[in-house]
Amino acid sequence: MGHRDSSPGNLSRQELRERCEREDLLMFINSGFAATRQNEFYTDLYRPSVSIEFLHRYVLINYRLLYARTLAAGINHFNQQQIIFNLLQAGAPADKVQRAEEGTLIAITLRRLPANRVYALFARLQQHRVNNRRTRAVIKTYLAWRREPEFDAIKYRNKYRAAAAHAHTRLEEELGRFLFDHTNQKAYQTPLLNQFRQAQYSEAAIYELPFTVAESLAQKHQVPRDVFLKKIEHKMTTAEKLRFQSTAARTKGAKLEFDLTRAGVTKLALYVLSLSRKEREQRVDELEAAFTGAAERQLRRVPLKLGRVATVLDSSHSTVGSRERRNRPLGVALAASYLLREAAEEYRAFWTPANEQEEHEFLTRPAGQTALAEPLLDALEWQPDLIVIVSDGYENDPPQLVDQVARVYRERIGKTETPEIVHMNPVFDADHFAPRRLGTTIPTVGLRDAEDIPTMLGFARFTVGTASLKELEEYLALRVNRMLKSDET
Amino acid sequence: MKHKTTRKQVPLDHISLKGLMLAPSQVLGGVRLVPVLRNEVPADLRLTRRPFDEDIAAVLIDNKTAYYSYIPHAFVADWTFDGAPVVAYGTQIRAEKSHRTTDGKVHDLGFMTARVMQKMRAREDRNRLRFLPLDVSLEGFLSLHFGGPDVIWEEYSRAAIKDGLSPRSERTIPGHLIKGLEDALRVFEIHTNQVGSLLFVGDALASAFIVPHPDDYRALHTTLLTDDYGELLYYYGLYAEENRLHPHEIDAKRVQSLDDLRAEVARVRTDWSELHALMSHNLLGCPVRPEMVYDMGPFQLQRFMTELNPKAENHIGEVIIRNNGTLEYLKSYRLSAAQCRRAFLLMQLAESNWSLDTCAEQLKCTRNQLIFRLENAGFGYLLHQHVLEKARSELRT
Repeated sequence: MGHRDSSPGNLSRQELRERCEREDLLMFINSGFAATRQNEFYTDLYRPSVSIEFLHRYVLINYRLLYARTLAAGINHFNQQQIIFNLLQAGAPADKVQRAEEGTLIAITLRRLPANRVYALFARLQQHRVNNRRTRAVIKTYLAWRREPEFDAIKYRNKYRAAAAHAHTRLEEELGRFLFDHTNQKAYQTPLLNQFRQAQYSEAAIYELPFTVAESLAQKHQVPRDVFLKKIEHKMTTAEKLRFQSTAARTKGAKLEFDLTRAGVTKLALYVLSLSRKEREQRVDELEAAFTGAAERQLRRVPLKLGRVATVLDSSHSTVGSRERRNRPLGVALAASYLLREAAEEYRAFWTPANEQEEHEFLTRPAGQTALAEPLLDALEWQPDLIVIVSDGYENDPPQLVDQVARVYRERIGKTETPEIVHMNPVFDADHFAPRRLGTTIPTVGLRDAEDIPTMLGFARFTVGTASLKELEEYLALRVNRMLKSDET
Repeated sequence: MKHKTTRKQVPLDHISLKGLMLAPSQVLGGVRLVPVLRNEVPADLRLTRRPFDEDIAAVLIDNKTAYYSYIPHAFVADWTFDGAPVVAYGTQIRAEKSHRTTDGKVHDLGFMTARVMQKMRAREDRNRLRFLPLDVSLEGFLSLHFGGPDVIWEEYSRAAIKDGLSPRSERTIPGHLIKGLEDALRVFEIHTNQVGSLLFVGDALASAFIVPHPDDYRALHTTLLTDDYGELLYYYGLYAEENRLHPHEIDAKRVQSLDDLRAEVARVRTDWSELHALMSHNLLGCPVRPEMVYDMGPFQLQRFMTELNPKAENHIGEVIIRNNGTLEYLKSYRLSAAQCRRAFLLMQLAESNWSLDTCAEQLKCTRNQLIFRLENAGFGYLLHQHVLEKARSELRT
């Protein structure tokens, strides 16, 4: 599978086997960072979905223990969801220790996933009729853990109902009536449920409901959009507020108060890229401050200290992403730039195509070719300790040159003092079952959000092929331990 | 401003990319696109597209002749005489009434729509010309010896003597039928100063398209999909596989410092450029036969044909060149083998004064073989029926 490094040469059977295992696992974990079942710029959604499903099946059957442990490696939500689904579908393993570890990992991961993903997963389990004892227990535990079951029942009504029915959960009397007895018109004692009942008939009651539910009811009661947005504002989540910034701006009379620094740095980058260039230019100071603030907040949460860092960032036409992932590759590059700028003592960014006017980075737009060789040369000349390349790996001006530059520089000029070069790829390449690589010299890791950069920097050393399988297993075990511990506190 | 009515044609003996550069290609499947970059953009000539929605268009060439084709769009060229920058037609704000009228008359026939235009090339203003891209060249190709035999040899049918080659037709394939072209155009990353593309299908040059200004190219990039291609390229597209080119890698031995490395990178770029020039040597740098089409002040619209050698790649095309010989606009069409054969036979016939015997001698074949060749090429209608039958019966005995 995938990129096997050349020259199996005179390795023993055992060594070959170990290498094979290591590469399979690396490929899997690496694609777990970037793969989604969505359209990409270069491929439609069908090829990645076939590719990623095959990869999951392959790893589940061959390396079950490590498959479960991948949940702790920091892979993206989509793949976490996929792993849990596959583990539950495959049934519990016979070994008691492994079973217990898997169970804990699943439980912790579920608690960390966004609720909408979890309920979607439960609904999917029902659709596929995965109903073993373990699955039911997992669903029951999760539902019991949720703090406000009524809120969930309203916000994710169909999915909650599916999960509850599927796991034969014993629900509270009123909640059960709410979910399963539609015709009953009796008032509820639980305030939120009663609110929902009232909201069907009265406009005044909708403003205590979750935003997504209230939105459709507002349509029903024909509430003007600006009035609705103004009154519902206190119920909107941070993500919703960010998402509705531009919609609100289009609605006359509505304005959503939102502190931009509260958004994660990647989310912020995607929001800023969605603004028109003119608006970005008008709000230059505000946006610059927002980016710095967001990066600072993120670094307070996950500290990262780096020395002299250079980045080579791709803003070519392909970073426009797809309709589902609009501007995602560019957004990740932009966020990475601001995050690393804050984390590093000295920092320089080299964009391709070059940012000639030296304007603010968030004014970039996806256009032009991908020429990575010259920016890498510029970066090398500046002599940093670390060079991070954020690109989708489709180097085309000219193809496969950046790898040669890195190799020749290491061999002839830098020798032992060559800075570490890491390629971070926000896009999954279905044909190679992994994020597309720039070549054999530069290690490539998948990248979900810029927030994951610290994890990825730690993981990058495995992808060069120097670390052994044992080290990789230890790394995973360490992450599992850390995850289990952090959950207790 | 007055300018001379008869000016000397700017010589065009071969297509040269003077002032233009070829950048490394981008490949998707069997389709390869080579960006053409222009360093200095004078911006005194701009091209815009005027889309036509009709199923077919008819253009009157003279009283007796008309040109029928599916024409997806016309190009409008705007220029200035003094070299000052000009605004492209589509972005101009104009309130004059005449510009709102459509180009020619549009007829809705129920089962299809048709547009009838009076001219292949219409001067719409002192510094504006509307022309039909690719049809300029195809018209030239179709009208090749269109008049028919000059000498009334007895073998030629009455129709051939009276009407010449009429009706003369050729079949082309629209770009969207070429497998992978649509995706390749979609994912292609247009360079900042790119003014054109060389399009390869199965690594055979299908078309060259160059415009005067990068902004024009960005707007016209997708028109490569609505263009016409020879049917050969359709088959190439079906069977082509993704092919990687490997120019010489960076030579580690020559690198001592960062500057050496930079020089090597530049060298690799030049290699790519040379490689692409080599791949398109049947069009670029190849001797061509030019024909003056329209004089547009400081520019000239010309069409050309490479030497129609049936054993090699042949292209026809049109160019707009500046008076100093700089290429401003180029669009070429690769003839398929059959089209090339037809043109070749016609030219050979014309050269030997339409005499079958002389021509057969020149082509080193028998008279009957020539007759079969003509018939197979689709020119059987030029000859009397009894001539064809006699040739056939002689073959049987």
